[in-house]
Amino acid sequence: MATPAVRMFRRLEGLFCVYKPPGVHWKLVRDSVETNLLKGLNSTPAKPLPREVRFLTSAGGDAEGQKALTVSAVSLPVLSHHPLVTGPEFCNIRVGVGHRLDAFSSGVLVLGVGHGNKVLDDLYKTRVTRDYTLEGEFGTATDNFSHTGRVVERSTYDHITLDKLDRVMAMLQGVNQKALLMHSNVDMHSQEAYEMAVRGLLGPDGKSVPILTGLRCLRFEPPNFTLEVQCLNETQKYLRKVIHEIGLELRSTAVCKGVRRTRDGPFTLHDALVRHRWAAADIMQAIQGYHSSKKKKHISQE
Amino acid sequence: MASSCAQLCVRCRTLCQKSLTVTRQASVQFGHSFTVIWTYNRVGNACLPIRGNHTAAEARKRWKHQMSSHTELTLDHFSTDATEEKHKECLVPISDNVPETQSELLDAAAEFSALEEISDEEALSMCVPSAVPPASFSLRDYVDKSVMLRKLVQLGVNLWKLEQKPNVGTMLLRLDFDTDVAPKLLFLKELGVEDSRFGYIITTNPYILTESLENLQTRVNYLKSKKFSSETVASMVSRAPYLLNFSVKRLDNRLGFYQQQLNTSASNTRNIVARLPRLLCGSLEPVKENLKVCQIELGFKQNEIQHIVFAVPKVLTANKGKLTQIFDFLHNNMKVPHHLIAKFPQVLNSKYLRIRERHLFLEYLGRAQYDPALPNYISLDRLVSLPDEPFCTELASATLEDYYLFQKTL
Repeated sequence: MATPAVRMFRRLEGLFCVYKPPGVHWKLVRDSVETNLLKGLNSTPAKPLPREVRFLTSAGGDAEGQKALTVSAVSLPVLSHHPLVTGPEFCNIRVGVGHRLDAFSSGVLVLGVGHGNKVLDDLYKTRVTRDYTLEGEFGTATDNFSHTGRVVERSTYDHITLDKLDRVMAMLQGVNQKALLMHSNVDMHSQEAYEMAVRGLLGPDGKSVPILTGLRCLRFEPPNFTLEVQCLNETQKYLRKVIHEIGLELRSTAVCKGVRRTRDGPFTLHDALVRHRWAAADIMQAIQGYHSSKKKKHISQE
Repeated sequence: MASSCAQLCVRCRTLCQKSLTVTRQASVQFGHSFTVIWTYNRVGNACLPIRGNHTAAEARKRWKHQMSSHTELTLDHFSTDATEEKHKECLVPISDNVPETQSELLDAAAEFSALEEISDEEALSMCVPSAVPPASFSLRDYVDKSVMLRKLVQLGVNLWKLEQKPNVGTMLLRLDFDTDVAPKLLFLKELGVEDSRFGYIITTNPYILTESLENLQTRVNYLKSKKFSSETVASMVSRAPYLLNFSVKRLDNRLGFYQQQLNTSASNTRNIVARLPRLLCGSLEPVKENLKVCQIELGFKQNEIQHIVFAVPKVLTANKGKLTQIFDFLHNNMKVPHHLIAKFPQVLNSKYLRIRERHLFLEYLGRAQYDPALPNYISLDRLVSLPDEPFCTELASATLEDYYLFQKTL
């Protein structure tokens, strides 16, 4: 028979996503989620203590003053099962983190609880694309490509127009498209490759260099601009470097002011839990939501 | 295989005990390699060698030798059986190579069957091993047996936390409730500590049970001589359980330190210490560091520091990295001058992420205005202390959903 805590834990197993604020390490996010889950699990009502029958001996004082042992049967709770003695039921939970976000960037971070970790692994074995929005600023270059780094160069940006930016991005996208074809292990002259390309399935299996599959300018107000990027196998540092290279291509310099992930595989910003909702109840709701959405998808596919 | 053989042998033995003159052979096939035949010969004292060229006596000697090398317990059982029931059992292994499985077989055979009847004398002579283990990693094994531990659990002491401290488990088990613990609890109760706090006090500081009563009394007397009222002492003890474990000299030292470092009057020091008694228990180095950080790194004046510490004593024990992070954001991003921060020291006690999210939201709405001289002034105190909903409606004039959506755009 499972205790309430175990039953609650079973309902907690699965995937969900949180919104990681910028400036916080992903480990801190994971740890605080784990602590909150433990708090929720261990605050469930404990099972009532089992009782056992004990024979208590008490010296019954007779009228004659004789010593006589009277044994009385009493039903007592077994204290060795008391929560103060056994300690909390759960001391650690396996909470796994999906594709990482470094401290500088923010956005959707997928977490798996319990046997959700296995699902998480399977999710990343398939080819998952991720969406990012990148904030850039023309005019400076820094050593770590972000605006917090040490400035190494300054430049003018008056000559940059949206047209020029679009041209550079189109060039970048072409290069990445070529890389995508190169890393997909299919012969380009075959029927198979054609069919995969028609269905949009061409792409690398497993590890590869970072590939941008889509690039778009959302906002252009020099010196600030915002890009939307879809990519595979990227790191946030690589994305910041992309901004830097766009700046160089435009005969200027640029730094990245923010990296924000808006989608990770099936998880979007809409599902993400903001910081104050990282409690066990909200997380459980999110996980149930994920399960039901998966079931719905399954049914509609059939 | 072995267990079934063992059962067979036990049955043999019980049968023999009932009928004296029965000679029974039980042959058991062990795989393909060998055969063992056990013979219980009970006719008189004569032991007949059945097969092979060993005599019975020799065989018995060899048998005993093997048995002693395997297990002494089974041997005991066999010998007592033999003497008590005045029967002579002769076990003759036939094959020369004695198999190893035989020892297992005999171990199992030595245990009585559950169906076997035993006499009252036998039942009395059996000694039941006590359930309490001589050594254990956990106090759990002793709770049901020890009066002391049971009473502690009833008081609300978290034994699970205590057993993780080194040597505390042994110390608790050696104590006696009536002579060691009860006087201290009564002492604390006389002091004015509430009953519900006993569990917390003993959980955090089990060593208070081993302090002597005179020591505790002198420390309380010292605190009272420093004009702490008796209610204050009680609340201090219940919030900082280690307080009474420190010597009078050390307490005096610390009180002097705070008065000197903060350069305040005795009553102010008393007030600060009464509100945060953990200051008297912890190390003084971090406190010194925090004061230096406030003075040099953050650039507060002496009287401003005094005011901050008097309003929020927790600043003294806060993490200095977090202090500077919050101050950096307040001063450099929100452009709040020093005197305003000193006026609302609660901001130094709040969370960095909370301040940042709220400030960015207000800035996005164009309401981030922290100068009291200008209209639409937002005080720092209200910025950090209000819960989310009043913050949105009163300060930001926005809905809660908008605020949460905004957090996802950071």
